[in-house]
Amino acid sequence: MSESTATRAAAATPPRVARKIRGLSDRAIAWLFVGPTIFLLLAINIFPLIWTVRLSFTNFKANRNRPIEWIGTRNYERILTDSDIWLNMQATAHFLFWTIFFQVLIGFTLAYLINKKFKGNDLWTTIIVLPMMLSPAVVGNFWKFLYQPQIGLFNYVVGFFTGKDPSSFEMLGSVDLAPWSIVIVDTWMWTPFVMLICLAGLRSIPDYIYEAAEIDRASKLRQFFTITIPMVLPFLMLAVLFRGIENFKMFDLVVQLTGGGPGSTTELTSINLKREAFEKWRTGYASAYAIILFVTVFGLASIYVKALNKVKER
Amino acid sequence: MSNFFTGLLRLRRGPWEMLATILIGLGVLMLMQPFVLWAYTYSFITTLVGTVMFIIVSHFKD
Repeated sequence: MSESTATRAAAATPPRVARKIRGLSDRAIAWLFVGPTIFLLLAINIFPLIWTVRLSFTNFKANRNRPIEWIGTRNYERILTDSDIWLNMQATAHFLFWTIFFQVLIGFTLAYLINKKFKGNDLWTTIIVLPMMLSPAVVGNFWKFLYQPQIGLFNYVVGFFTGKDPSSFEMLGSVDLAPWSIVIVDTWMWTPFVMLICLAGLRSIPDYIYEAAEIDRASKLRQFFTITIPMVLPFLMLAVLFRGIENFKMFDLVVQLTGGGPGSTTELTSINLKREAFEKWRTGYASAYAIILFVTVFGLASIYVKALNKVKER
Repeated sequence: MSNFFTGLLRLRRGPWEMLATILIGLGVLMLMQPFVLWAYTYSFITTLVGTVMFIIVSHFKD
């Protein structure tokens, strides 16, 4: 079947092109195939990165038609001495830490439970992963309704369990509660992702290891800490890396929910960056801001890849 | 500890990567801590040095 396809393809190639290709070496043909991808990679990823680095040292404004002025490291100095941006970094750190903490905790627990063989576990897996499949814009909008103090289900449930009046608190409007409200929604949406990765880890552990442990009379707790956890750890670290990088640049969900408010309590760095770049049009300044975030994520990713390789070696 | 310093002097990958990792971690902590502004100010340069160092030293011999 494949031979006939190849023959047909060869026959369909115009004689002039076929003659040209026949004259090329294997290496040249390989480059011919890889070339377009490399070109796209350079054009879409590498060139904009280099251009952003260049712009970060200028006072360029994309909405003004004036010559670009070289201002050295002034943009970086401004960003790194601005206490408002420092607050945005803290808001991001709060969001990052707690979302990862809850997602790993709940995700691993769910994966552990789902991994036990029981009736209907496939159905439960499907139900649990549903939030992950929704669009962040949709999730943001319907959680906005759930958080409504008058008609919201969330306030009603909290009121039911704590005895508080449901309309006495506002999750999205309160300075103290708004950072937690975005943590709750992100955890609800992305815990299934962590669960799926953990489930893959748990299912990759061969049964004979547990059987050997049983023969050695290792307790269930001992098996959990000496077999399950070490073997799931690389998967867990991968999940943390993915969620860490994703949440560091979280934008859509939070914009839909709070728009960065009240005040700037939930204004994560990506939201602030977008405001600087496309509302205030301080392109040079925003480029420096983007480079700072990029270096941070790149550095963290390097550590993680190293840690992951070490765990794999074990 | 002496192995660590010997490794540094002999330009070995392990200890240098460890040093770069410490710098990156310290830089990220400085960037996101809520206590002192000066630490935030010097966070980027710390992370940048750590990251560039990591890229370079990951090509050293084991």
